[in-house]
Amino acid sequence: MSDPRRSLARALPVAPAVVLLLLFLAGPIAYCAYIAFTDLQLTGQAHSSFVGFANFRTAFGDEAFLNAVWLTLVFTVVSSLVGQNTLGLALAALMQRASKPVRTLTGGVVITAWVLPEVVAGFLLYAFFRKEGTLNAILDALHLPSQNWLYTLPILAVSFANVWRGTAFSMLVYSAALNEIPKEITEAAEVDGAGGPSRLWHITLPMIRRSIGTNLMLNTLQTLSVFGLIWVMTRGGPGNKSQTLPLFMYEQAFQNSMIGYGTAVALLLLLVGSVFSVMYMRLLRTEV
Amino acid sequence: MASTLASRRTGRRLAADTGLLVAATAFALPLVWVILSSVDPQADLRVKAPDGLTLDNFDAVLKPDITFTPLLNSLILCGGGTLLTVVCAALAAYPLSRFRSRLNRPFLLTILFATSLPITAIMVPVYALFVQVDLIDTMQGTILFFAASQLPFAIWLMKNFMDGVPKELEEAAWTDGASPMQSLVRVVLPLMGPGVAVVTVFSFVMMWGNFFVPFMLLLTPDQMPASVSINEFFGNRGMVAYGQLAAFSVIYSTPVILLYVLVARRLGSGFALGGAVKG
Repeated sequence: MSDPRRSLARALPVAPAVVLLLLFLAGPIAYCAYIAFTDLQLTGQAHSSFVGFANFRTAFGDEAFLNAVWLTLVFTVVSSLVGQNTLGLALAALMQRASKPVRTLTGGVVITAWVLPEVVAGFLLYAFFRKEGTLNAILDALHLPSQNWLYTLPILAVSFANVWRGTAFSMLVYSAALNEIPKEITEAAEVDGAGGPSRLWHITLPMIRRSIGTNLMLNTLQTLSVFGLIWVMTRGGPGNKSQTLPLFMYEQAFQNSMIGYGTAVALLLLLVGSVFSVMYMRLLRTEV
Repeated sequence: MASTLASRRTGRRLAADTGLLVAATAFALPLVWVILSSVDPQADLRVKAPDGLTLDNFDAVLKPDITFTPLLNSLILCGGGTLLTVVCAALAAYPLSRFRSRLNRPFLLTILFATSLPITAIMVPVYALFVQVDLIDTMQGTILFFAASQLPFAIWLMKNFMDGVPKELEEAAWTDGASPMQSLVRVVLPLMGPGVAVVTVFSFVMMWGNFFVPFMLLLTPDQMPASVSINEFFGNRGMVAYGQLAAFSVIYSTPVILLYVLVARRLGSGFALGGAVKG
């Protein structure tokens, strides 16, 4: 048997990390689970009281909350599941065949969009989608109807912004995955006369399915917590037409001073995130 | 047969090149706009050839209160946070990578779980907590939170890089009577230099671009990092000077792009992420 004093000494270096994680991550999560059940307010009332599930009942009867849930769903599906994921896979697949200079150039541009600070990305896309912006300039040049995107279709504009900013990650994941498919397999299929779509469906996609799963999970988790990008572009508006859950949570907690209610929304977001997180861990299970 | 296959392949390469160039153009438009606008004396919101070249926009923003103070604040916050993250992660990764224990697996699973939690969701309770323990509006509080939020992923990465350093290399040091701490600092860490660089750069880039954390935890304007102060261009100064805003964006973004290039070149374009990264 190992000497307990020795194992304690060996485990000691983990202590600073554990202390930090307990105080600043586990602590707030526990506190979150607590104040979600109180009527705590920002305005410094003497003490808050326990209100049970009242905040959650309020939420599910609150049209603004249901609106935020719906918009979060649209935002996640359009920008993460469809946009980043499909575009990332398409770019990675094209890169397998393209010439080196084009591949390097495209990779560089797409990755730059990813590395930029969130607020800068928001500001660039704000300019792009504004009434006087580049998108409308292009549409005018093509004699297509232009419109005030941030006003008429704000959730679509911020979704595209998230695609612009996030596709690089999917592209990198899929490039790595496609590089691992042995050349002989695709070439054999090609010689056997399997066309492009059939090769994609029967060979490529099954071989990279683990990467697809990982990528979808991580994209979704990242998209669920987007705040700055939307904040800079629309502040959740006009009205609440682009107010996803993080922005709704912020508004309730700080603009309406209802920390308890805002935290209840945060807790729901955290629960959804946890479910995805557990699914992601199951995907990676063999690797731990 | 071979020639048709070869010509088909050439045709396909042309098609792929065209497709990629279209995508690259679309992705490049906003980037081209910010660069052109930053040197344009009459910048507006669309991509256009500048009406002459000028450095006035940079001149106008390169002032203590607009650029230097926020960038210095960013540097203190992200530098401090990164240092704390990397030191704690290296210390924690060592026993996890080197010694067998029943606790390793549950600990690593918890860490992996925490890497994917939406940090945005806990910012309201963190704010409420920080108010109670008087850490609100302090640099050290924000640094500590930054470090904690980046730690799970840093530990995970660091442990995987450390696993790649063969144990035999340390055994010589052990027989010479080196303690585990000495062998970590003198043998293991130098051997995993690129790994440490990745963790450092990744943590720093994540914090440098983070808006929500300092936006929530700091209140005093002269403590604000660039990620928050950039909003001042929109808010309080009336007419937005787009050229200046673009110039500021370029200055603020350059460090992280350089850091990324530095790391990516050392490790190849894949960035060795292994599909385990938050975007």
